[in-house]
Amino acid sequence: MPRPRGGAADVTAPRPLERGVGWTPWLYLAPALVVLGGLLVYPVYQLGLISLFRYTQAQVSGGEPAAFRGAGNYADLFSDSQFWQVLLATVVFAGACVVSTLVVGCALAVLLTRVRAVPRLALMLAALGAWATPAVTGSTVWLFLFDPDFGPVNRVLGLGDHSWTYGRYSAFFLVLLEVVWCSFPFVMVTVYAGIRAVPSEVLEAAALDGASQWRIWRSVLAPMLRPILTVVTIQSVIWDFKVFTQIYVITNGGGIAGQNLVLNVYAYQQAFASSQYGLGSAIGVVMLLILLAVTLVYLRLLRRQGEEL
Amino acid sequence: MNLLRVRVQRPWRLAAEVSALLIAAAVAFPLYWMVLSAFEPAGEIESDRPRPWTLSPSLDAFRRVFGQQEFGRYFANSLIVSGTVVAVSAVIAFLAATAVTRFRFRFRTTLLIMFLVAQTVPVEALTIPLFFLMRDAGQLNTLGSLILPHIAFSLPFAIWMLRGFVKAVPEALEEAAYLDGASRGRFLWQILFPLVFPGLVATSVFSFISAWNDFLFAKSFIISDTSQSTLPMALLVFYKPDEPDWGGVMAASTVMTIPVLVFFVLVQRRLVSGLGGAVKD
Repeated sequence: MPRPRGGAADVTAPRPLERGVGWTPWLYLAPALVVLGGLLVYPVYQLGLISLFRYTQAQVSGGEPAAFRGAGNYADLFSDSQFWQVLLATVVFAGACVVSTLVVGCALAVLLTRVRAVPRLALMLAALGAWATPAVTGSTVWLFLFDPDFGPVNRVLGLGDHSWTYGRYSAFFLVLLEVVWCSFPFVMVTVYAGIRAVPSEVLEAAALDGASQWRIWRSVLAPMLRPILTVVTIQSVIWDFKVFTQIYVITNGGGIAGQNLVLNVYAYQQAFASSQYGLGSAIGVVMLLILLAVTLVYLRLLRRQGEEL
Repeated sequence: MNLLRVRVQRPWRLAAEVSALLIAAAVAFPLYWMVLSAFEPAGEIESDRPRPWTLSPSLDAFRRVFGQQEFGRYFANSLIVSGTVVAVSAVIAFLAATAVTRFRFRFRTTLLIMFLVAQTVPVEALTIPLFFLMRDAGQLNTLGSLILPHIAFSLPFAIWMLRGFVKAVPEALEEAAYLDGASRGRFLWQILFPLVFPGLVATSVFSFISAWNDFLFAKSFIISDTSQSTLPMALLVFYKPDEPDWGGVMAASTVMTIPVLVFFVLVQRRLVSGLGGAVKD
């Protein structure tokens, strides 16, 4: 990979640790590479391999040898209309989660800079609480809030015993609310920390030069915040595309007749509920490729902006 | 920053503060409701008119939770798993982050990109090959089958985050250390490590949560020896979609959330300043 051009970072002055570098960086990297190689790269390779075989309960227990199917699992998958429906649902749902999380997170980060210590601390603590809540417990709590019989939401809204998890869209909406609730704090805290890290002299200088508030935002703050915004965006994409626990718990494994399946849950259900390990692995591979594509697009953007890696 | 605040007119600031407080209340409400319901007697939880307070707080739900077989054991297992994952991945990530920020070597950028790409791997799909891997390694039904994969999954993000912290340590410091006769190892552990510690705390939050949250691996890898299971499995004992014991679920949820909340409150300052440090170059 060529190094990014230009910028102070490119100056390769002799660095202290570099005296007699040799194998030292690799020594430092060794534990990470061993762990990642054994428990991430190798399983990914296995995943790809299994996706090419007929692999069901019989093969798992060793009763039958695994039969090579080539692209058979993929052919089955792509000719199945449910797969395309789940794929579409995944993209739309993840997209909605990312956009909502970013909008809420950024708006509240800006709000945090406009208020005094007490409201700021209150909002910060509440957000940290939501963030700290484990996905499993967060999901059961939201399910309880919207429970048709005993939840407070229906009482307050006067909805009677309306079931939120019964309808496809209202179930997705409920999961979206919970996902935004537990993931906006990361965006808010990170963006807020980023705004605070902008030196006040820079802003003062801009104001002295007669720049308007909008102009300061657009020409000073936005470029300085861009690395942060790209980081929170890509993390949100990666996380929201892989939402599992919230959907699994709230819609009880993918909703009525699988109406709330996303790829992740679909792969899991195919593998572990239907014992179609080969097919489940194929779905996993498709998902991996989609996320890979998104990440590569992001990397290209970073490079075009001249960010240093 | 002051400048931004001075510019805001008074009524606007007041409006901003009121909305901040209201939003804080709304964000905290689910947690409040969880704790409240955990302390409510069964009759109140199932009443037609839920009240935002309780008339007669009761510990019944907690008694049910702790009376459940081996709940304490599950709790301890969760702590062991998360604690080990945090400690081990912090050390490994620190070394790796140091390597990719303070050395220039071939494949450095390639490695960085690989760490980013590694984050995109859908963990749920890896449950299938990991199951076979753990089975062949004889690790099924052990805490190791939960610890090992979580170390691997938290590493790429931890390394990616820690980069900024390691970078922020001035190189002059390093030079001074060597002039004073410190070895590279000594510099690494006695100078760099303490300086990067706030960053390690911030990244640890993520590895802690991912390990503490995990219910998929616990569900898939701990199949016959339930004494090796973790809290999320205990929670699901009370949550049956058809007739959930909401009091029990909320009490178990409360017990499960508290350690994470305590951890967050402890590291709160470092987390906020840390995230700022992690992303600015």
